[in-house]
Amino acid sequence: MQSHKKVLPHAMRKPLFSATSVILSIVFVAAFALSGGAQHTGENQKDSTQVHADSTSAEGHSAEPEKFNANETIIEHVLDAPVWHFTDHTVLPLPVIVYSKEKGLAIFSSGKFYDEHHKEIEYNGYKLVDGGKNIAIAETGEKVLNLSITKNVAMLFITAILLCYVLFSVASSYKKNPGKAPKGLQSFIEPIVIFVRDEIVKPNLGHHYEKYLPYILTLFFFILFGNLLGLLPGAANLTGNIAVTATLAIITFLMTNISGNAAYWKHIFWTPGVPLPLRVIILPVELIGVFTKPFALTIRLFVAITAGHIVLLSLICMTFMFHSYFVGIGASLVVLFINLIELLVAGIQAYVFALFTSLYIGMATADDHH
Amino acid sequence: MEFLTPGTGLLFWQVIIFLALVFLLGKFAWKPILGSLKEREESIQKALDSAEKAKTEMAALKSDNEKLLKEAREERDKILRDARTAANQLHDEAQANAKKNADKIIADAKAIINSEKQAALSDVKAQVAQFSLEIAEKLIKKNLADDKSQRELTETLIKDLKLN
Repeated sequence: MQSHKKVLPHAMRKPLFSATSVILSIVFVAAFALSGGAQHTGENQKDSTQVHADSTSAEGHSAEPEKFNANETIIEHVLDAPVWHFTDHTVLPLPVIVYSKEKGLAIFSSGKFYDEHHKEIEYNGYKLVDGGKNIAIAETGEKVLNLSITKNVAMLFITAILLCYVLFSVASSYKKNPGKAPKGLQSFIEPIVIFVRDEIVKPNLGHHYEKYLPYILTLFFFILFGNLLGLLPGAANLTGNIAVTATLAIITFLMTNISGNAAYWKHIFWTPGVPLPLRVIILPVELIGVFTKPFALTIRLFVAITAGHIVLLSLICMTFMFHSYFVGIGASLVVLFINLIELLVAGIQAYVFALFTSLYIGMATADDHH
Repeated sequence: MEFLTPGTGLLFWQVIIFLALVFLLGKFAWKPILGSLKEREESIQKALDSAEKAKTEMAALKSDNEKLLKEAREERDKILRDARTAANQLHDEAQANAKKNADKIIADAKAIINSEKQAALSDVKAQVAQFSLEIAEKLIKKNLADDKSQRELTETLIKDLKLN
Protein backbone atom coordinates (compact mmCIF):
# COMPACT_ATOMS: atom_id res chain seq x y z
CA MET A 1 0.00 0.00 0.00
CA GLN A 2 2.94 2.19 0.77
CA SER A 3 4.06 2.49 -2.87
CA HIS A 4 0.47 3.50 -3.96
CA LYS A 5 0.23 6.22 -1.43
CA LYS A 6 3.44 7.52 -2.92
CA VAL A 7 2.18 7.17 -6.46
CA LEU A 8 -1.17 8.83 -5.87
CA PRO A 9 -0.08 12.42 -5.29
CA HIS A 10 2.47 12.24 -8.09
CA ALA A 11 0.00 11.04 -10.67
CA MET A 12 -2.95 13.26 -9.88
CA ARG A 13 -1.85 16.28 -7.93
CA LYS A 14 -2.20 18.94 -10.59
CA PRO A 15 -4.98 17.61 -12.83
CA LEU A 16 -7.11 16.62 -9.86
CA PHE A 17 -6.74 20.03 -8.34
CA SER A 18 -7.80 21.74 -11.54
CA ALA A 19 -10.60 19.22 -12.02
CA THR A 20 -11.94 19.93 -8.55
CA SER A 21 -11.75 23.64 -9.05
CA VAL A 22 -13.49 23.42 -12.42
CA ILE A 23 -16.23 21.23 -11.03
CA LEU A 24 -16.67 23.48 -8.03
CA SER A 25 -16.93 26.55 -10.18
CA ILE A 26 -19.43 24.82 -12.43
CA VAL A 27 -21.56 23.83 -9.47
CA PHE A 28 -21.52 27.41 -8.23
CA VAL A 29 -22.39 28.78 -11.63
CA ALA A 30 -25.12 26.17 -11.97
CA ALA A 31 -26.56 27.02 -8.58
CA PHE A 32 -26.53 30.68 -9.47
CA ALA A 33 -28.06 30.12 -12.90
CA LEU A 34 -30.72 27.82 -11.57
CA SER A 35 -31.69 30.10 -8.73
CA GLY A 36 -31.88 32.92 -11.29
CA GLY A 37 -33.99 30.71 -13.53
CA ALA A 38 -36.20 29.75 -10.62
CA GLN A 39 -36.88 33.37 -9.79
CA HIS A 40 -38.04 34.11 -13.27
CA THR A 41 -40.06 31.01 -13.68
CA GLY A 42 -41.43 31.55 -10.19
CA GLU A 43 -44.94 30.21 -10.32
CA ASN A 44 -44.15 27.77 -13.12
CA GLN A 45 -41.62 25.89 -11.07
CA LYS A 46 -44.04 24.25 -8.75
CA ASP A 47 -46.37 22.92 -11.37
CA SER A 48 -43.58 21.70 -13.62
CA THR A 49 -43.74 18.30 -11.98
CA GLN A 50 -47.48 18.51 -12.27
CA VAL A 51 -47.07 19.05 -15.98
CA HIS A 52 -44.93 15.95 -16.21
CA ALA A 53 -47.41 13.87 -14.31
CA ASP A 54 -50.19 15.09 -16.55
CA SER A 55 -48.01 13.95 -19.43
CA THR A 56 -48.19 17.19 -21.32
CA SER A 57 -44.44 17.28 -21.61
CA ALA A 58 -42.15 19.52 -23.66
CA GLU A 59 -42.32 23.23 -24.10
CA GLY A 60 -43.92 25.17 -26.92
CA HIS A 61 -47.15 23.34 -27.58
CA SER A 62 -49.10 25.21 -24.96
CA ALA A 63 -49.54 27.83 -27.71
CA GLU A 64 -48.44 30.68 -25.45
CA PRO A 65 -44.69 31.29 -25.85
CA GLU A 66 -44.68 33.48 -22.71
CA LYS A 67 -45.24 30.42 -20.60
CA PHE A 68 -41.75 29.16 -21.33
CA ASN A 69 -40.66 26.80 -18.58
CA ALA A 70 -36.86 26.80 -18.36
CA ASN A 71 -36.71 24.23 -15.61
CA GLU A 72 -38.69 21.70 -17.59
CA THR A 73 -36.77 22.36 -20.79
CA ILE A 74 -33.44 21.84 -19.09
CA ILE A 75 -34.48 18.70 -17.27
CA GLU A 76 -35.95 17.26 -20.45
CA HIS A 77 -32.71 17.85 -22.32
CA VAL A 78 -30.57 16.30 -19.63
CA LEU A 79 -32.71 13.23 -18.99
CA ASP A 80 -33.30 10.17 -21.11
CA ALA A 81 -36.42 10.05 -23.31
CA PRO A 82 -38.26 7.54 -25.50
CA VAL A 83 -37.94 9.87 -28.53
CA TRP A 84 -35.07 11.98 -29.76
CA HIS A 85 -36.34 15.52 -29.59
CA PHE A 86 -34.23 17.81 -31.82
CA THR A 87 -36.72 20.64 -32.26
CA ASP A 88 -40.46 20.82 -31.77
CA HIS A 89 -40.97 19.82 -35.39
CA THR A 90 -38.11 17.35 -35.65
CA VAL A 91 -38.72 14.45 -33.34
CA LEU A 92 -37.07 11.15 -34.11
CA PRO A 93 -39.17 8.22 -32.89
CA LEU A 94 -37.11 5.31 -31.57
CA PRO A 95 -37.96 1.62 -31.20
CA VAL A 96 -39.69 0.53 -28.01
CA ILE A 97 -38.86 -2.95 -26.80
CA VAL A 98 -40.98 -4.20 -23.89
CA TYR A 99 -41.47 -7.58 -22.30
CA SER A 100 -44.07 -8.72 -19.80
CA LYS A 101 -45.31 -12.11 -18.72
CA GLU A 102 -48.86 -11.18 -19.57
CA LYS A 103 -48.32 -9.69 -23.01
CA GLY A 104 -44.96 -11.16 -24.04
CA LEU A 105 -42.43 -9.33 -26.19
CA ALA A 106 -43.51 -6.25 -28.13
CA ILE A 107 -41.50 -4.02 -30.44
CA PHE A 108 -42.99 -0.83 -31.90
CA SER A 109 -42.09 2.79 -32.61
CA SER A 110 -42.11 5.20 -29.71
CA GLY A 111 -43.89 7.65 -32.02
CA LYS A 112 -47.06 5.60 -31.40
CA PHE A 113 -47.11 6.99 -27.83
CA TYR A 114 -47.71 10.52 -29.12
CA ASP A 115 -50.56 12.00 -31.10
CA GLU A 116 -50.18 14.71 -33.76
CA HIS A 117 -50.04 17.36 -31.00
CA HIS A 118 -47.13 15.62 -29.18
CA LYS A 119 -49.51 14.55 -26.44
CA GLU A 120 -48.85 11.25 -24.73
CA ILE A 121 -51.41 8.59 -25.53
CA GLU A 122 -51.79 4.89 -24.84
CA TYR A 123 -50.78 2.43 -27.52
CA ASN A 124 -51.72 -1.20 -27.79
CA GLY A 125 -52.49 -1.38 -24.06
CA TYR A 126 -49.18 0.24 -23.02
CA LYS A 127 -48.67 3.70 -21.58
CA LEU A 128 -45.69 5.82 -20.61
CA VAL A 129 -45.19 6.41 -16.89
CA ASP A 130 -42.59 8.22 -14.73
CA GLY A 131 -42.14 10.94 -17.34
CA GLY A 132 -41.41 8.48 -20.12
CA LYS A 133 -38.81 6.51 -18.21
CA ASN A 134 -40.97 3.42 -17.72
CA ILE A 135 -43.73 1.73 -19.62
CA ALA A 136 -46.71 0.16 -17.88
CA ILE A 137 -49.70 -1.88 -18.94
CA ALA A 138 -52.53 0.64 -19.32
CA GLU A 139 -55.23 -1.29 -17.49
CA THR A 140 -53.34 -2.58 -14.46
CA GLY A 141 -50.67 0.13 -14.26
CA GLU A 142 -48.13 -2.67 -13.79
CA LYS A 143 -44.66 -1.76 -15.09
CA VAL A 144 -43.15 -3.97 -17.77
CA LEU A 145 -39.52 -4.74 -18.55
CA ASN A 146 -38.45 -1.83 -20.71
CA LEU A 147 -35.47 -2.49 -22.99
CA SER A 148 -36.37 0.29 -25.43
CA ILE A 149 -33.86 2.05 -27.61
CA THR A 150 -34.26 5.39 -25.87
CA LYS A 151 -32.45 8.61 -26.76
CA ASN A 152 -29.49 7.66 -24.57
CA VAL A 153 -29.36 4.09 -25.89
CA ALA A 154 -29.30 5.49 -29.45
CA MET A 155 -26.55 7.83 -28.34
CA LEU A 156 -24.73 4.86 -26.82
CA PHE A 157 -24.92 3.04 -30.16
CA ILE A 158 -23.61 6.10 -31.99
CA THR A 159 -20.77 6.50 -29.48
CA ALA A 160 -19.87 2.81 -29.69
CA ILE A 161 -19.94 2.80 -33.50
CA LEU A 162 -17.84 5.96 -33.73
CA LEU A 163 -15.39 4.59 -31.16
CA CYS A 164 -15.07 1.34 -33.11
CA TYR A 165 -14.72 3.18 -36.43
CA VAL A 166 -12.02 5.54 -35.16
CA LEU A 167 -10.02 2.96 -33.24
CA PHE A 168 -10.30 0.22 -35.87
CA SER A 169 -9.08 2.62 -38.54
CA VAL A 170 -6.19 3.62 -36.28
CA ALA A 171 -5.41 -0.05 -35.63
CA SER A 172 -5.48 -0.80 -39.36
CA SER A 173 -3.06 2.04 -40.08
CA TYR A 174 -0.68 0.45 -37.54
CA LYS A 175 -1.02 -2.81 -39.43
CA LYS A 176 -0.59 -1.13 -42.81
CA ASN A 177 2.71 0.57 -42.07
CA PRO A 178 4.35 -1.25 -39.20
CA GLY A 179 7.36 0.36 -37.59
CA LYS A 180 6.68 3.70 -39.31
CA ALA A 181 5.93 7.08 -37.79
CA PRO A 182 2.19 7.65 -37.12
CA LYS A 183 0.07 9.56 -39.64
CA GLY A 184 -3.25 11.40 -39.55
CA LEU A 185 -5.79 10.09 -37.04
CA GLN A 186 -3.17 7.69 -35.79
CA SER A 187 -0.97 10.53 -34.59
CA PHE A 188 -3.93 12.08 -32.78
CA ILE A 189 -4.91 8.90 -30.95
CA GLU A 190 -1.40 7.61 -30.28
CA PRO A 191 -0.33 10.26 -27.74
CA ILE A 192 -3.59 9.72 -25.83
CA VAL A 193 -3.00 5.97 -25.76
CA ILE A 194 0.58 6.51 -24.61
CA PHE A 195 -0.59 9.02 -22.00
CA VAL A 196 -3.12 6.54 -20.59
CA ARG A 197 -0.54 3.77 -20.62
CA ASP A 198 2.41 5.68 -19.16
CA GLU A 199 0.73 8.23 -16.90
CA ILE A 200 -2.38 6.44 -15.67
CA VAL A 201 -1.97 2.69 -15.87
CA LYS A 202 1.75 1.99 -15.49
CA PRO A 203 2.40 4.04 -12.31
CA ASN A 204 -0.61 2.53 -10.54
CA LEU A 205 -0.58 -1.05 -11.73
CA GLY A 206 3.14 -1.73 -11.85
CA HIS A 207 4.43 -4.78 -13.64
CA HIS A 208 1.06 -6.44 -14.38
CA TYR A 209 -0.36 -3.38 -16.09
CA GLU A 210 -0.70 -5.08 -19.48
CA LYS A 211 -3.58 -7.25 -18.27
CA TYR A 212 -5.78 -4.27 -17.38
CA LEU A 213 -4.58 -1.79 -20.00
CA PRO A 214 -7.20 -2.68 -22.70
CA TYR A 215 -10.06 -2.29 -20.20
CA ILE A 216 -8.83 1.05 -18.89
CA LEU A 217 -8.15 2.34 -22.40
CA THR A 218 -11.67 1.35 -23.46
CA LEU A 219 -13.08 3.04 -20.36
CA PHE A 220 -11.08 6.20 -20.98
CA PHE A 221 -12.01 6.48 -24.66
CA PHE A 222 -15.65 5.59 -24.05
CA ILE A 223 -16.01 8.33 -21.42
CA LEU A 224 -14.01 10.81 -23.50
CA PHE A 225 -16.09 10.18 -26.64
CA GLY A 226 -19.33 10.16 -24.64
CA ASN A 227 -18.46 13.45 -22.96
CA LEU A 228 -17.42 15.14 -26.18
CA LEU A 229 -20.33 13.86 -28.27
CA GLY A 230 -22.72 14.90 -25.49
CA LEU A 231 -21.57 18.49 -25.98
CA LEU A 232 -22.76 18.54 -29.58
CA PRO A 233 -26.03 20.41 -30.15
CA GLY A 234 -28.97 18.05 -30.11
CA ALA A 235 -26.91 15.22 -28.66
CA ALA A 236 -28.03 13.15 -25.68
CA ASN A 237 -26.43 13.40 -22.26
CA LEU A 238 -25.01 9.88 -22.22
CA THR A 239 -22.13 10.05 -19.74
CA GLY A 240 -24.22 12.32 -17.50
CA ASN A 241 -26.72 9.51 -16.99
CA ILE A 242 -26.43 7.58 -13.77
CA ALA A 243 -27.22 4.25 -15.46
CA VAL A 244 -24.15 4.67 -17.67
CA THR A 245 -21.78 5.85 -14.96
CA ALA A 246 -23.07 3.22 -12.53
CA THR A 247 -22.48 0.46 -15.09
CA LEU A 248 -18.91 1.61 -15.66
CA ALA A 249 -18.30 1.90 -11.91
CA ILE A 250 -19.79 -1.53 -11.21
CA ILE A 251 -17.60 -3.15 -13.87
CA THR A 252 -14.57 -1.47 -12.25
CA PHE A 253 -15.82 -2.62 -8.84
CA LEU A 254 -16.14 -6.21 -10.04
CA MET A 255 -12.72 -6.14 -11.71
CA THR A 256 -11.15 -4.69 -8.57
CA ASN A 257 -12.62 -7.25 -6.22
CA ILE A 258 -12.24 -10.25 -8.51
CA SER A 259 -8.58 -9.48 -9.11
CA GLY A 260 -8.00 -8.56 -5.45
CA ASN A 261 -5.22 -10.67 -3.98
CA ALA A 262 -4.78 -12.07 -0.48
CA ALA A 263 -2.98 -8.95 0.74
CA TYR A 264 -5.92 -6.79 -0.37
CA TRP A 265 -8.51 -8.86 1.48
CA LYS A 266 -6.24 -9.20 4.49
CA HIS A 267 -5.93 -5.44 4.55
CA ILE A 268 -9.70 -5.10 4.62
CA PHE A 269 -10.58 -7.80 7.11
CA TRP A 270 -7.49 -7.94 9.32
CA THR A 271 -5.61 -4.69 8.76
CA PRO A 272 -2.00 -5.31 9.75
CA GLY A 273 -0.41 -3.25 12.48
CA VAL A 274 -3.69 -2.19 14.11
CA PRO A 275 -4.40 -2.93 17.80
CA LEU A 276 -7.21 -5.44 18.38
CA PRO A 277 -9.84 -3.03 19.81
CA LEU A 278 -9.41 -0.72 16.84
CA ARG A 279 -10.09 -3.52 14.39
CA VAL A 280 -13.74 -3.37 15.41
CA ILE A 281 -13.86 0.13 13.96
CA ILE A 282 -11.46 -0.42 11.07
CA LEU A 283 -13.24 -3.47 9.65
CA PRO A 284 -16.60 -1.76 8.89
CA VAL A 285 -14.79 1.34 7.65
CA GLU A 286 -12.73 -0.75 5.25
CA LEU A 287 -15.80 -2.69 4.15
CA ILE A 288 -17.74 0.50 3.50
CA GLY A 289 -14.69 1.77 1.60
CA VAL A 290 -15.02 -1.12 -0.84
CA PHE A 291 -18.46 0.16 -1.82
CA THR A 292 -17.88 3.89 -1.59
CA LYS A 293 -15.21 3.66 -4.28
CA PRO A 294 -17.60 2.68 -7.12
CA PHE A 295 -20.24 4.99 -5.65
CA ALA A 296 -17.83 7.93 -5.85
CA LEU A 297 -16.95 6.98 -9.44
CA THR A 298 -20.64 6.85 -10.37
CA ILE A 299 -21.54 10.18 -8.80
CA ARG A 300 -18.43 12.08 -9.88
CA LEU A 301 -18.84 11.52 -13.61
CA PHE A 302 -22.64 11.83 -13.52
CA VAL A 303 -22.57 15.10 -11.58
CA ALA A 304 -19.70 16.68 -13.51
CA ILE A 305 -21.29 16.09 -16.90
CA THR A 306 -24.90 16.76 -15.91
CA ALA A 307 -23.95 19.94 -14.06
CA GLY A 308 -22.08 21.15 -17.14
CA HIS A 309 -25.11 20.51 -19.34
CA ILE A 310 -27.41 22.25 -16.89
CA VAL A 311 -25.16 25.31 -16.80
CA LEU A 312 -25.07 25.53 -20.59
CA LEU A 313 -28.81 25.04 -20.94
CA SER A 314 -29.60 27.53 -18.16
CA LEU A 315 -27.55 30.18 -19.89
CA ILE A 316 -29.23 29.47 -23.23
CA CYS A 317 -32.67 29.52 -21.57
CA MET A 318 -31.99 32.99 -20.17
CA THR A 319 -32.32 34.34 -23.70
CA PHE A 320 -35.83 32.94 -24.01
CA MET A 321 -36.83 34.09 -20.54
CA PHE A 322 -35.74 37.69 -21.06
CA HIS A 323 -36.76 37.99 -24.74
CA SER A 324 -33.75 40.23 -25.22
CA TYR A 325 -31.06 40.35 -27.88
CA PHE A 326 -28.56 41.71 -25.38
CA VAL A 327 -29.11 38.86 -23.00
CA GLY A 328 -28.89 36.53 -26.00
CA ILE A 329 -25.52 37.90 -27.09
CA GLY A 330 -24.21 37.95 -23.51
CA ALA A 331 -25.47 34.46 -22.80
CA SER A 332 -23.95 33.17 -26.05
CA LEU A 333 -20.55 34.54 -25.10
CA VAL A 334 -20.75 32.96 -21.66
CA VAL A 335 -21.99 29.71 -23.21
CA LEU A 336 -18.99 29.73 -25.54
CA PHE A 337 -16.70 30.12 -22.54
CA ILE A 338 -18.47 27.42 -20.53
CA ASN A 339 -18.37 25.16 -23.58
CA LEU A 340 -14.59 25.48 -23.66
CA ILE A 341 -14.48 24.58 -19.98
CA GLU A 342 -16.77 21.63 -20.74
CA LEU A 343 -14.26 20.40 -23.32
CA LEU A 344 -11.66 20.48 -20.57
CA VAL A 345 -14.00 18.72 -18.15
CA ALA A 346 -14.72 16.05 -20.79
CA GLY A 347 -11.02 15.17 -20.84
CA ILE A 348 -10.49 15.55 -17.12
CA GLN A 349 -13.43 13.33 -16.19
CA ALA A 350 -12.25 10.61 -18.56
CA TYR A 351 -8.78 10.95 -17.03
CA VAL A 352 -10.07 10.89 -13.45
CA PHE A 353 -12.30 7.86 -14.04
CA ALA A 354 -9.47 5.94 -15.69
CA LEU A 355 -7.02 7.07 -13.00
CA PHE A 356 -9.21 5.96 -10.11
CA THR A 357 -10.02 2.68 -11.82
CA SER A 358 -6.34 1.89 -12.24
CA LEU A 359 -5.65 3.10 -8.72
CA TYR A 360 -8.30 0.78 -7.22
CA ILE A 361 -7.20 -2.19 -9.29
CA GLY A 362 -3.58 -1.35 -8.47
CA MET A 363 -4.36 -1.31 -4.75
CA ALA A 364 -6.14 -4.65 -5.02
CA THR A 365 -3.33 -6.34 -6.93
CA ALA A 366 -0.30 -4.74 -5.24
CA ASP A 367 2.26 -7.05 -3.65
CA ASP A 368 2.17 -7.02 0.13
CA HIS A 369 4.69 -4.52 1.47
CA HIS A 370 3.92 -4.90 5.18
CA MET B 1 -35.53 11.88 -8.17
CA GLU B 2 -35.59 11.18 -11.86
CA PHE B 3 -31.86 11.86 -12.09
CA LEU B 4 -30.80 9.24 -9.60
CA THR B 5 -32.91 6.28 -10.72
CA PRO B 6 -31.17 4.44 -13.53
CA GLY B 7 -33.41 3.30 -16.38
CA THR B 8 -33.43 -0.48 -16.78
CA GLY B 9 -33.24 -0.31 -20.57
CA LEU B 10 -30.20 1.95 -20.60
CA LEU B 11 -28.56 -0.12 -17.86
CA PHE B 12 -29.12 -3.26 -19.91
CA TRP B 13 -27.85 -1.79 -23.16
CA GLN B 14 -24.92 -0.08 -21.45
CA VAL B 15 -23.72 -3.37 -19.94
CA ILE B 16 -24.02 -5.19 -23.26
CA ILE B 17 -22.52 -2.45 -25.41
CA PHE B 18 -19.71 -1.62 -23.01
CA LEU B 19 -18.69 -5.25 -22.53
CA ALA B 20 -18.86 -5.72 -26.31
CA LEU B 21 -16.68 -2.63 -26.70
CA VAL B 22 -14.15 -3.94 -24.17
CA PHE B 23 -14.00 -7.22 -26.06
CA LEU B 24 -14.00 -5.82 -29.61
CA LEU B 25 -11.63 -2.94 -28.96
CA GLY B 26 -9.39 -5.17 -26.85
CA LYS B 27 -9.12 -7.69 -29.64
CA PHE B 28 -9.15 -5.55 -32.79
CA ALA B 29 -7.89 -2.15 -31.66
CA TRP B 30 -5.80 -2.20 -28.50
CA LYS B 31 -3.97 -5.40 -29.28
CA PRO B 32 -2.54 -4.21 -32.63
CA ILE B 33 -2.09 -0.62 -31.42
CA LEU B 34 -0.31 -1.49 -28.19
CA GLY B 35 1.61 -4.27 -29.92
CA SER B 36 2.92 -1.93 -32.61
CA LEU B 37 3.69 0.77 -30.06
CA LYS B 38 5.68 -1.68 -27.98
CA GLU B 39 7.42 -3.04 -31.05
CA ARG B 40 8.32 0.45 -32.21
CA GLU B 41 9.55 1.45 -28.77
CA GLU B 42 11.64 -1.69 -28.57
CA SER B 43 13.15 -1.10 -32.01
CA ILE B 44 13.94 2.52 -31.09
CA GLN B 45 15.49 1.35 -27.82
CA LYS B 46 17.45 -1.29 -29.69
CA ALA B 47 18.71 1.26 -32.19
CA LEU B 48 19.72 3.60 -29.40
CA ASP B 49 21.42 0.79 -27.52
CA SER B 50 23.35 -0.35 -30.57
CA ALA B 51 24.36 3.24 -31.33
CA GLU B 52 25.59 3.57 -27.76
CA LYS B 53 27.42 0.28 -28.09
CA ALA B 54 28.99 1.35 -31.38
CA LYS B 55 30.05 4.58 -29.73
CA THR B 56 31.75 2.82 -26.84
CA GLU B 57 33.31 0.38 -29.27
CA MET B 58 34.60 3.24 -31.35
CA ALA B 59 36.02 4.89 -28.25
CA ALA B 60 37.65 1.64 -27.20
CA LEU B 61 39.02 1.18 -30.68
CA LYS B 62 40.33 4.73 -30.69
CA SER B 63 42.02 4.35 -27.34
CA ASP B 64 43.41 1.01 -28.51
CA ASN B 65 44.73 2.71 -31.60
CA GLU B 66 46.25 5.45 -29.57
CA LYS B 67 47.84 2.97 -27.25
CA LEU B 68 49.21 1.04 -30.20
CA LEU B 69 50.48 4.21 -31.79
CA LYS B 70 52.14 5.25 -28.55
CA GLU B 71 53.73 1.85 -28.19
CA ALA B 72 54.92 1.93 -31.76
CA ARG B 73 56.34 5.37 -31.26
CA GLU B 74 58.12 4.26 -28.12
CA GLU B 75 59.47 1.19 -29.83
CA ARG B 76 60.65 3.23 -32.78
CA ASP B 77 62.40 5.60 -30.40
CA LYS B 78 63.97 2.73 -28.59
CA ILE B 79 65.13 1.12 -31.80
CA LEU B 80 66.56 4.38 -33.01
CA ARG B 81 68.31 4.93 -29.73
CA ASP B 82 69.71 1.41 -29.73
CA ALA B 83 70.82 1.75 -33.31
CA ARG B 84 72.52 5.02 -32.58
CA THR B 85 74.43 3.64 -29.61
CA ALA B 86 75.30 0.52 -31.56
CA ALA B 87 76.57 2.60 -34.45
CA ASN B 88 78.55 4.77 -32.10
CA GLN B 89 80.05 1.77 -30.45
CA LEU B 90 80.92 0.21 -33.76
CA HIS B 91 82.43 3.42 -34.92
CA ASP B 92 84.48 3.77 -31.78
CA GLU B 93 85.58 0.18 -31.96
CA ALA B 94 86.55 0.51 -35.59
CA GLN B 95 88.48 3.64 -34.85
CA ALA B 96 90.25 2.03 -31.94
CA ASN B 97 91.04 -1.02 -34.03
CA ALA B 98 92.31 1.05 -36.87
CA LYS B 99 94.48 3.04 -34.58
CA LYS B 100 95.81 -0.06 -32.96
CA ASN B 101 96.55 -1.60 -36.30
CA ALA B 102 98.22 1.53 -37.55
CA ASP B 103 100.28 1.76 -34.39
CA LYS B 104 101.29 -1.83 -34.75
CA ILE B 105 102.16 -1.39 -38.38
CA ILE B 106 104.21 1.69 -37.55
CA ALA B 107 105.92 -0.09 -34.67
CA ASP B 108 106.66 -3.10 -36.82
CA ALA B 109 107.93 -0.89 -39.57
CA LYS B 110 110.14 0.96 -37.13
CA ALA B 111 111.53 -2.29 -35.75
CA ILE B 112 112.20 -3.60 -39.22
CA ILE B 113 113.83 -0.36 -40.23
CA ASN B 114 115.97 -0.48 -37.11
CA SER B 115 117.03 -4.03 -37.62
CA GLU B 116 117.68 -3.40 -41.33
CA LYS B 117 119.67 -0.36 -40.34
CA GLN B 118 121.68 -2.37 -37.85
CA ALA B 119 122.21 -5.09 -40.41
CA ALA B 120 123.23 -2.56 -43.02
CA LEU B 121 125.55 -0.84 -40.61
CA SER B 122 127.20 -4.04 -39.48
CA ASP B 123 127.50 -5.04 -43.12
CA VAL B 124 129.06 -1.70 -43.96
CA LYS B 125 131.37 -2.07 -40.98
CA ALA B 126 132.42 -5.52 -42.00
CA GLN B 127 132.96 -4.37 -45.56
CA VAL B 128 134.90 -1.29 -44.40
CA ALA B 129 137.01 -3.58 -42.24
CA GLN B 130 137.53 -5.90 -45.16
CA PHE B 131 138.36 -3.02 -47.42
CA SER B 132 140.70 -1.56 -44.81
CA LEU B 133 142.37 -4.92 -44.41
CA GLU B 134 142.72 -5.34 -48.14
CA ILE B 135 144.03 -1.80 -48.45
CA ALA B 136 146.34 -2.38 -45.56
CA GLU B 137 147.49 -5.70 -47.04
CA LYS B 138 148.02 -4.09 -50.37
CA LEU B 139 149.84 -1.23 -48.74
CA ILE B 140 151.87 -3.50 -46.60
CA LYS B 141 152.60 -5.78 -49.53
CA LYS B 142 153.71 -2.79 -51.56
CA ASN B 143 155.68 -1.21 -48.71
CA LEU B 144 157.36 -4.41 -47.72
CA ALA B 145 158.25 -5.53 -51.19
CA ASP B 146 162.02 -4.79 -50.57
CA ASP B 147 164.37 -5.24 -47.71
CA LYS B 148 164.95 -1.60 -47.08
CA SER B 149 161.27 -0.93 -46.37
CA GLN B 150 161.09 -3.96 -44.13
CA ARG B 151 163.95 -2.60 -42.16
CA GLU B 152 162.53 0.79 -41.96
CA LEU B 153 159.33 -0.75 -40.63
CA THR B 154 161.11 -2.68 -38.10
CA GLU B 155 162.99 0.34 -37.05
CA THR B 156 159.79 2.41 -36.76
CA LEU B 157 158.20 -0.35 -34.70
CA ILE B 158 161.22 -0.43 -32.48
CA LYS B 159 161.16 3.33 -32.23
CA ASP B 160 157.54 3.14 -31.12
CA LEU B 161 158.40 0.56 -28.61
CA LYS B 162 161.21 2.74 -27.29
CA LEU B 163 158.84 5.58 -27.00
CA ASN B 164 156.53 3.55 -24.86
